[in-house]
Amino acid sequence: MISAGELKKSLVVSLWFAFLTFPIMVVRVDPVESTVLWRWHNMVYVIVGSFFLSIIFRYLLHRRDIQTSRKESGQSNPDQTLIHRWLSNTRSRTIIFVSLLAVALAFPHMPYLSSTYQVNIMTTALMYVVLGLGLNIVVGLAGLLDLGYVAFYAVGAYTYALLNYHFGLGFWVVLPIGGILAALFGIILGFPVLRLRGDYLAIVTLGFGEIIRLVLENWGDFSQGPSGISNISRPGFFGIDLTLDQAIIYIYYLMVLFVVVTIFFVNRLQDSRLGRAWIALREDEIACQAMGIDKMKTKLAAFSLGAFWAGIIGVVFAAKTTFINPASFTFLESAIILSIVVLGGMGSIIGVIFGALVLILLPEYLRALAEYRMLAFGAVLVLMMVFRPQGLIGSIRRVYTYTPTKKGTTS
Amino acid sequence: MEYFIELLLSGLTRGAIYALIALGYTMVYGIIGLINFAHGEIYMIGAFTSFIVATILSIYGFPLLAIIVLAGLAAVIWSASYGYTIEKIAYKPLRKAPRLSALISAIGMSIFLQNYVLLAQTSEFLPFPQLIPDFPFMEPIAHIVGSTDLVILVTTTIAMLILTVVIKYTKIGKAMRATSQDRTMAMLVGINVDRIISVTFIIGSSMAAIGGLLIASHIGQINFSIGFLAGIKAFTAAVLGGIGSVPGAVLGSVVLGLTESFATGYVSSDYEDVFAFSLLVLILIFKPSGLLGKVESQKV
Amino acid sequence: MNGRILEVVGLTMDFGGIRALNNVDLDVKQGEIVALIGPNGAGKTTFFNCITGLYRPTKGDIFLYRQGSSRASLKGMKPNRVTEVGLARTFQNIRLFPQMTVLENVMIGRHCRTSSTIFGALVRNTSTRMEEDSIIESSHRMLVKIGLTQYENEIAKNLPYGAQRRLEIARALATEPELLLLDEPAAGMNPQETSELVNLIQSIAAEGQSILLIEHDMKLVMNLSERIFVMDYGKKIAEGTPEQIRNNPTVIKAYLGEEVDA
Repeated sequence: MISAGELKKSLVVSLWFAFLTFPIMVVRVDPVESTVLWRWHNMVYVIVGSFFLSIIFRYLLHRRDIQTSRKESGQSNPDQTLIHRWLSNTRSRTIIFVSLLAVALAFPHMPYLSSTYQVNIMTTALMYVVLGLGLNIVVGLAGLLDLGYVAFYAVGAYTYALLNYHFGLGFWVVLPIGGILAALFGIILGFPVLRLRGDYLAIVTLGFGEIIRLVLENWGDFSQGPSGISNISRPGFFGIDLTLDQAIIYIYYLMVLFVVVTIFFVNRLQDSRLGRAWIALREDEIACQAMGIDKMKTKLAAFSLGAFWAGIIGVVFAAKTTFINPASFTFLESAIILSIVVLGGMGSIIGVIFGALVLILLPEYLRALAEYRMLAFGAVLVLMMVFRPQGLIGSIRRVYTYTPTKKGTTS
Repeated sequence: MEYFIELLLSGLTRGAIYALIALGYTMVYGIIGLINFAHGEIYMIGAFTSFIVATILSIYGFPLLAIIVLAGLAAVIWSASYGYTIEKIAYKPLRKAPRLSALISAIGMSIFLQNYVLLAQTSEFLPFPQLIPDFPFMEPIAHIVGSTDLVILVTTTIAMLILTVVIKYTKIGKAMRATSQDRTMAMLVGINVDRIISVTFIIGSSMAAIGGLLIASHIGQINFSIGFLAGIKAFTAAVLGGIGSVPGAVLGSVVLGLTESFATGYVSSDYEDVFAFSLLVLILIFKPSGLLGKVESQKV
Repeated sequence: MNGRILEVVGLTMDFGGIRALNNVDLDVKQGEIVALIGPNGAGKTTFFNCITGLYRPTKGDIFLYRQGSSRASLKGMKPNRVTEVGLARTFQNIRLFPQMTVLENVMIGRHCRTSSTIFGALVRNTSTRMEEDSIIESSHRMLVKIGLTQYENEIAKNLPYGAQRRLEIARALATEPELLLLDEPAAGMNPQETSELVNLIQSIAAEGQSILLIEHDMKLVMNLSERIFVMDYGKKIAEGTPEQIRNNPTVIKAYLGEEVDA
């Protein structure tokens, strides 16, 4: 039950927020017309809203603290949710995967539900799934906070745009080039920065991301500056000319394929010798080195593999929109991808897929909310870190067990 | 020569502004080891608050001096309140969490605040009223250094002196230094660490608010996104000087301000921000302890 | 038999103006248990950090004599290389991979003795699968040997304290070291756990494993070790058999202070 004391606390909080948000929320001045608009109704919203939110916030905080203390005393196994039980069972996992794939494949042909517009949005969502899975290798598995991930995405996009513009190279030729070039960039960037401590690494990657964007903006001879590159060719389909609608559906299917391939690869990487080394590195760097694991090599592998996927999706992005400019590659783009990983669950493949679909599709379908998209992304980062750092669907990695009868298989 | 002096002074002015923001980064980092990514937004909110108050007051015909004082006061009060509140919501629950969790939370807070101001106010650039008049006594050298620059330099110097006195000689300052050296120990000797952390955020935010007011009236326009770049640059300055060190933040800011000023003046203004980012990257890679910082040794 | 396995010559380590290690010589012979003791702050852990590559010593050198090959200098090697060459360690403040299971912790120890690549991980060819199976199997055998099978699938951080210490040893042994370095293995243990630990160390040594250990617990050191080195203020002040050390006046002075003489 909520006690009177709690209500009083919430009342104080709501008054505090009324004061705090007063200038920004209530007052709106027009210096040119010399008019002031007083939006008192906003203050009412703030008071009511913060009153209830503060009750919820403190309740959740309280529950979190009880849970941590319970976990510390060794009781209760964490996160045995329904989803987890489903997913830890190989058969039900296969069923889920196959049915999702069936829905994905059928999607462009669903009457009423789908249209070119819808398919386009889905394609975007799937691109973010792959970007999220790529960043997940770096942030989730290896524990390296990369805030400049969008730079590799830009490398891929510009690789295709420029090679297509200057040499007329096609999508399929550039696709691997874009991925490999981005991975190479990852290695070049990684060499100097990966020995830095976590938070400095984050800032340096952010710096690099911004430098690449600023260079693209200012080095007009190379990148055509802020006006960008247009008329990039769409992906070819065995030399057949596709109509716009067909091309959109074609790219959608390509993305479904890429998502499947990415899931397959990331899953295998995660359950490998290298994947174990990443997780160990995330848990304790010094102990990891003392176990004979080359810190640099392991980090570089994570960094460049993550960059590879970003490069691939960059190529797809350029081919899909047929126009790119540096404005698509701001820090906010990196932040969006990070939100996806954080919301879904760092290190969790299924979580990241879920996170991407929620964060990209929700604002699209709830048009009223679209305006609040970035506000929500920011809030997601804060709230997830405070209340559910493991994400909505925490990592369910393979747990290795020894079985004497059938040697070395998993449970 | 005159051009050189002009660049020198404009570099110092830039440096002074960076210093006001950089102090917040360095103090917070010193106390809780967090890169307060949302600090740039505190500065932006300071600029917005002073803009709103100054515009209202000038519409109602208040005298200039009253406008300056009240707008500055409002900026400080509200920025400090935001700083305090942010710490309580986004950082305090994460004290025991890994460092990166708090950093991610800070990034989230930064994005949130930017969009909060964007939605509640506007996405457009707003003209900031000219608060600082052209002083008559500055007339002879007005083509080299403006009155605003003078005010910025003087204000920053005064703010730095006050801060130094607070940190060095007051009880709260001593408690802050103790907390930054060893939080657990500080707690054991009876220092209310939560309060010290709050005070740190309040002081840092107030400084940023002053910076917000000054730079807004210097440049003449504001926008919801000004905090990001200013924040990154001030952070660069803080790292350059040695994060955690207050004199280092000032030194780093001046060095960064001068570098930017000369680089844009003599090399090219297209790459103004690239200089800052490159400096940030280079410093972090080659001398992460900065000019005046201590080397952190790893404990095994 | 009984050739030298580790030889440390004139190891010196300066931190700024402070000399944490001053010209320390030490050697370990094949199959021997050697202890390094000394009061708090004598520089024992610094010594370990120097020979395992976490610090780069200011002066001196470290040589490892591997069976069937010539000596290798460990100076300037990165920590992971040192482990690869054959020196594995535990930590004074336990450093397990807390979220991984006990078995997985040991599996990480196998990393430097296995070689599958990214390609192998993606294709999962026969050799990769066989290697994975062998990692799991040998890790399991290690747990049997150390007596941790009852915890095999537990998350490491949930283990009782003594078991965590033993797990660190298991993990280090999984790297197949020529020489095992134990940094205060009995720290914080109760008498029961300590005596189990002594048995464990003895059984490991009985298989021919050379061990160098840092320890505070004098009883444990006297029981276990064949030779003892004593450090104080970064210098080696004595070496010898437990009997010799017990009666060495310099050592007594270092441990009990000057007032004993008075």
